[in-house]
Amino acid sequence: MPDIGFLAPYDFSPLTILSFALVLAGYGYALLHMEPEQRPGSVRIVAFVVGVLLCYGVMQTRFDYYSQYMFFVHRGQHLILHHLGPFLIALSNPLPIFRFWHEQMSPTLRSWLRPVGWVYRILQQPVIAAVLFVGLIYFWLWPPIHFDAMLSRQLYWTMNWSMLLDGLLFWWLMFDPRSPVLTNALGYGKRILILAAVAIPQMILGAWIVFSRGMVYDVYEVCGRAWPMAPETDQLLGGLLTWIPPAMMSVIGILLILRRAMHEDGRIVKPSRLAGENS
Amino acid sequence: MTNRLLPLILTVSVLALTGCFGGEEQWHAKDISGLMPELEFELVGTGGQTVTPKDSAGNIRLLYFGFTSCPDVCPTTLTDLRKAVNQLPPDYRDDVTTLFVSVDPQRDTPERLGSYASFFGDHVVGLTAAEPELRELTKRYRTTFGYDEPDADGNYNVSHSSAVYVFDRSGKARLLLRPGLTTQQVSEDLAHLASESRS
Repeated sequence: MPDIGFLAPYDFSPLTILSFALVLAGYGYALLHMEPEQRPGSVRIVAFVVGVLLCYGVMQTRFDYYSQYMFFVHRGQHLILHHLGPFLIALSNPLPIFRFWHEQMSPTLRSWLRPVGWVYRILQQPVIAAVLFVGLIYFWLWPPIHFDAMLSRQLYWTMNWSMLLDGLLFWWLMFDPRSPVLTNALGYGKRILILAAVAIPQMILGAWIVFSRGMVYDVYEVCGRAWPMAPETDQLLGGLLTWIPPAMMSVIGILLILRRAMHEDGRIVKPSRLAGENS
Repeated sequence: MTNRLLPLILTVSVLALTGCFGGEEQWHAKDISGLMPELEFELVGTGGQTVTPKDSAGNIRLLYFGFTSCPDVCPTTLTDLRKAVNQLPPDYRDDVTTLFVSVDPQRDTPERLGSYASFFGDHVVGLTAAEPELRELTKRYRTTFGYDEPDADGNYNVSHSSAVYVFDRSGKARLLLRPGLTTQQVSEDLAHLASESRS
């Protein structure tokens, strides 16, 4: 029989559970009440739910315990929070769900939420988004900051949530399903450029951790490991997880965007140009 | 526009980072003020009695997790702590209590823990509890412990924190002594802490 205890949160966070429950409930409600032709297909629904559950799983199960006391598990946690989970959520194209909820909102609520839109647009500037994506990884892996983050419960939660939210923003910018020809979504060339650009610093950081002779992150030494494992092995595995899978995700992202760009090539034409030709 | 934005963002982030690291150079150990909750526990002493922080109230408390079968780290740490306390000005020597919490309750009986702790000085208190209570306490201080598979003789290794948590007289978490500090440095920090909170 599987160990149910593994599914119980190590560090119970009501806010986290509430947020995930709201997201899933909001998604489910929209699915049931939206126009059938708008409704995402089953693959997209599964991708969304898997992405959300992965992020939930690394934050509110026993996995979180191992993330706090093993460097390589911690890197795995951030790989999911900052890369894989948001990657799946963005790929699932939840745009119809957003539209549904946007239509449900009262005009007062919409005007209240306007500042959120401004912050969103600033954060989605291509340069800011790329610097933020890499900057957060470097910031939380800066050894003195990392030490404090692992010691303070508050900082630890701030770290994980900031990684998740930034991951969502970044991958949404990359996989925004709206065509750059018809809308002001980011152009495919720029998206590919960003994905390549963010891969390089991550590879450098990962390689640096892998090839470091000394202990870079002694907090796991100081605070005890979840099980007795050689610190060098832990650091090596953690470095590899910082280095290889994120680089691979960039490559996969680039391939997906290339495929879309080739697919749309010549098929979508700006309406204004059509009108121009007619006149 | 984006070309001009990049240097600006870099400058701001560098400034923000240096702001985080500026100042606070007065301790040799890691300053953990505000990062951790204050001292709180309910453990079993070597006489089988319940021990809480009240029993050592008003003292500087050094909290250390280990186990008596520990081959090198624990005895070294406890010896170093004793040396550091002995180097304090005479007035302060009785003001420091070392709380040695065994995370190996299966092997560390109260008697065994008692004789082990007293070996490292009069102000070393041996403490332990059942595993769930120990898990809760270590979680509070964001540390953990784990057991290796026992060998043929039933001996097993235990992974545990290698740091010493320092609490001031009022029980606030103040410093974290990481391995690598000299006795002199630890002693200076403890003297500093003892003098600061007495006045």
